[in-house]
Amino acid sequence: MTELFEFIGKVSLFGLRAITDAFRSPFEGGQIGRQIVDVGNKSLPLVIASGLALGTVMTFHTRSSMVSFGASADIPTIQSLAFFVEIGPLATALLLAGRVGSGIGAVLANMRATEQIDGLEALSIDAFKFLVVPRIVACVIALPILTLFMDFSGLAGGFFSEFLASKISLHLYLVRAFIDLDWANFIPPVMKTTVFGFIIGTVSSFLGYTTNEGAQGVGRAATNSVVASSLLIILADVVLIKCILFIFPDHAL
Amino acid sequence: MTHSDQAAVVFDHVSKSFGANQVLRDVSFEVHAGTALCILGRSGTGKSVTLKLLVSLLKPDNGGIWVEQDEISRLGEHDLSRVRRKLGFLFQDAALFDSLTLYENLALPLRRLTNKSQQEINLSIDRVLRQVELGTDGNRMPSELSGGMRKRAGLARAIVLEPKILLADEPSSGLDCITASEIDELLLKQKAEHQTTLIVVTHDVHGARRVGDRFAVFDHGDLVAYGTADDIEGSSNQTARRLISER
Repeated sequence: MTELFEFIGKVSLFGLRAITDAFRSPFEGGQIGRQIVDVGNKSLPLVIASGLALGTVMTFHTRSSMVSFGASADIPTIQSLAFFVEIGPLATALLLAGRVGSGIGAVLANMRATEQIDGLEALSIDAFKFLVVPRIVACVIALPILTLFMDFSGLAGGFFSEFLASKISLHLYLVRAFIDLDWANFIPPVMKTTVFGFIIGTVSSFLGYTTNEGAQGVGRAATNSVVASSLLIILADVVLIKCILFIFPDHAL
Repeated sequence: MTHSDQAAVVFDHVSKSFGANQVLRDVSFEVHAGTALCILGRSGTGKSVTLKLLVSLLKPDNGGIWVEQDEISRLGEHDLSRVRRKLGFLFQDAALFDSLTLYENLALPLRRLTNKSQQEINLSIDRVLRQVELGTDGNRMPSELSGGMRKRAGLARAIVLEPKILLADEPSSGLDCITASEIDELLLKQKAEHQTTLIVVTHDVHGARRVGDRFAVFDHGDLVAYGTADDIEGSSNQTARRLISER
């Protein structure tokens, strides 16, 4: 238990240092751009494919129940609310924890093992600011954008599935999908993905940057990054949902 | 400890431990500007730690380390950065940034730490790459370089900022004897042409004898012998005598 609190404390200080360094010159614009490409562009196919599959499967599952209650017209509404409010942010964050978190952990641990981080420090280059801050900033920026792709891919998958079953038009599907959706269902969940992005970037960077176990530590950092990020994302989701419901009490589903 | 004006580096009663493992114990020595010191010793006796202390990648538990007139372990971030610019570090495995080309590896410190224009940066990189005989390899990734080329590339990055003091950690490890002697030649050339102070950690006694003006022998964290090759050969310490006389 002590070790858990020690870990949380160290990660929190690490994240706090990243926040303060992010607003201190020199600003690593080039590095941040490269990391956004790495985190965002390279994750896009995975996110879109997952969104399409999840959307399709979810409509398959909900359709029979909804039809039996005579509520098939609400399928697009349920699909959009489910994706925009919960499935999109959480699924995107967990996917990114796997793809990006493991990558960040492994890359930084490898740089530590091969003395590349020492090499930067010996050259008077702030390795933390050069390597860690851009990765965290990239995760914070990329997560909300990728979540939007996940949300709309989920709707596209849902439409595809519903079209096969009922030949619904795209226009009608979209009207029904967005009829009960307002900004309070849309903006807070997307914004909470910035917190998820911060968690992924900070935890995986911490585990990679601070490892000191040579080549063995690379694999361990990658695995631990995924496990710790995923766990913290789920825990943070519970807390953030409570916060969102506290701020927007009229919009609980 | 009082040190002479021509001292480039001074270790003054330095100790360093990692947990219960004492790596350096009350080590003191002085390296004069423009000379070469080779640090010898068995594996795990604190040789590489000595270099990392010198560039402040590690902090000593006790004692002081001077780089010219600056006590490096007590400097703030800004002053430490200033002092580090006097130092070049050739790491054991070169420590090139594997996501950057060789050209970008050399350009990175020049862009961030100097006010040179792009044209001046290109000229500096071209000069240094030709110096280490990698003039046509600037666009290659570190993974595409052989062991000897990586070492030379690491040396190029270490000298691109024209350091006054060059630290080399096992410059000949993993290399055949011809390539190792080429690296030694490059170190000697750097010393002769730029009056660079060299501090070289090595297991290669043959290379050390070619490069070094003075030698420091470490054993179990203690500095057991220090001086010229003749001094070490006449040392009362058996490990030091054995090490320096290996062929």
